[in-house]
Amino acid sequence: MKSLAFAARNRKELLRDPLNLAFGLGFPLVLMLLLSAIQANIPVSLFEIEKLAPGLAVFGLSFISLFSGTLIAKDRGTSFLMRLFASPLSASDFILGYTMPLFPMAILQSMVCFGAAFFLGMAVKVNVLIALITLIPAAVLFIAIGLLAGSLLNDKQVGGICGALLTNLSAWLSGTWFDLNLVGGAFKTVADALPFVHAVNAARAAVSGNYAAIFPDLWWVIGYATGILALAVIVFRRKMSSDAK
Amino acid sequence: MSAIITTDLTKKYGVRTVVDRLSMTIEQGELFSLLGVNGAGKTTTIKMLCGLSKPTSGDAQLLGDSIVSDPYAVKSKINISPQETAVAPNLIVAENLETIARLYGRSKKEAAEKADEMIRRFGMSDIARDRAKTLSGGWQRRLSIAMALISDPQILFLDEPTLGLDVLARRELWGVIRSLKGKVTIILTTHYLEEAEALSDRIAIMAKGRLKAVGTAQELMAGTHTQKFEDAFVALAAESGVEL
Repeated sequence: MKSLAFAARNRKELLRDPLNLAFGLGFPLVLMLLLSAIQANIPVSLFEIEKLAPGLAVFGLSFISLFSGTLIAKDRGTSFLMRLFASPLSASDFILGYTMPLFPMAILQSMVCFGAAFFLGMAVKVNVLIALITLIPAAVLFIAIGLLAGSLLNDKQVGGICGALLTNLSAWLSGTWFDLNLVGGAFKTVADALPFVHAVNAARAAVSGNYAAIFPDLWWVIGYATGILALAVIVFRRKMSSDAK
Repeated sequence: MSAIITTDLTKKYGVRTVVDRLSMTIEQGELFSLLGVNGAGKTTTIKMLCGLSKPTSGDAQLLGDSIVSDPYAVKSKINISPQETAVAPNLIVAENLETIARLYGRSKKEAAEKADEMIRRFGMSDIARDRAKTLSGGWQRRLSIAMALISDPQILFLDEPTLGLDVLARRELWGVIRSLKGKVTIILTTHYLEEAEALSDRIAIMAKGRLKAVGTAQELMAGTHTQKFEDAFVALAAESGVEL
């Protein structure tokens, strides 16, 4: 299948960029170690590993947008996409080819995050598998944001929007670093209206075994993921058939 | 059957006409150059013929298939080496070639065999395991052309293939392009007049989106009563009021 061949190329491009591995895996792990060390000295309930690991898993996934967006934007910027658009690949082949390699990366990233959490004292239990499943809509959301950003922006802009703005937004507004109730007001209202805190809450509910609490939050993430993915596919198809690529 | 027949092919961006009722025929196996100053409409013409840009009006038949009504059929018969180097930077040379072969429907085994063949044909054995981003400009351009040829296209578009290369690298690529003559229909765009003169069977000169003249270099010089091809080009491009 052509889309599989294209996906294989994209997987190699992504995995062979050391910055992707450093940011996608290294950065969240360093933060986990750092915050766990703080927790060991000054206990803060928010930084207990069962709460911290789901938050950092979502934070790690936010880098997926940066990886995918940068890859697509670079392809557009270097004429490689011109070569590809002149080939008999359909729009579906392109979209599948760009998104397929990111799913295993996202799952692997979350597994590494929870694996590190086990070493830091998190109980090894089946709930973590459920948490990995609850993170799938968040993975789709960040992949879709990357596809959208890569279709619209150049690689430097993707670096700014996805690498700086999105990762910070998804961190601050996720309730991972501080309790959103402590800030309250408009900040909390905005955070509640966005999907990041809901992704973290759903994964935390799964880890704690409180399955009934997963879905109210997960619906938010699924809704955003579906909407942004649909928008990304529309924009990518338009770009593909337009003259200004 | 002719390789390419364009009929009143036109591209407009708003009120600006970039390609204006272009009608020409290119025969199979021909090396056909499109020349013109910047903004003459060469790259837009290539983009339309490759299915990268939709004509505003008119049509082109590539080996019998319309770029308007059946662009997918056209795309399976052509390939392009774009103006800028278009390689996957983190993939090694062999992987770049195999990827393109597979995108054109080859199996994994066939793609590997074709990649080996292209590596031998283009003298890239010593760099076959190197990542594309580590290659010099000349080798990247050579790889880019090999990637365009690995699908065995019946029509090959070379958009400024030697732009930015030093004299030696350019002459080496000329040798590669000459070796393809007669086997593949090649549409070449270039700013280097001596390149077009040295390589082409026929040359078309475009100015302000219009086709000014088509013929061999000798025919164009005879038609403009000039002794040098550069003078013929200047005479034809200047006829349309293009500032040179």
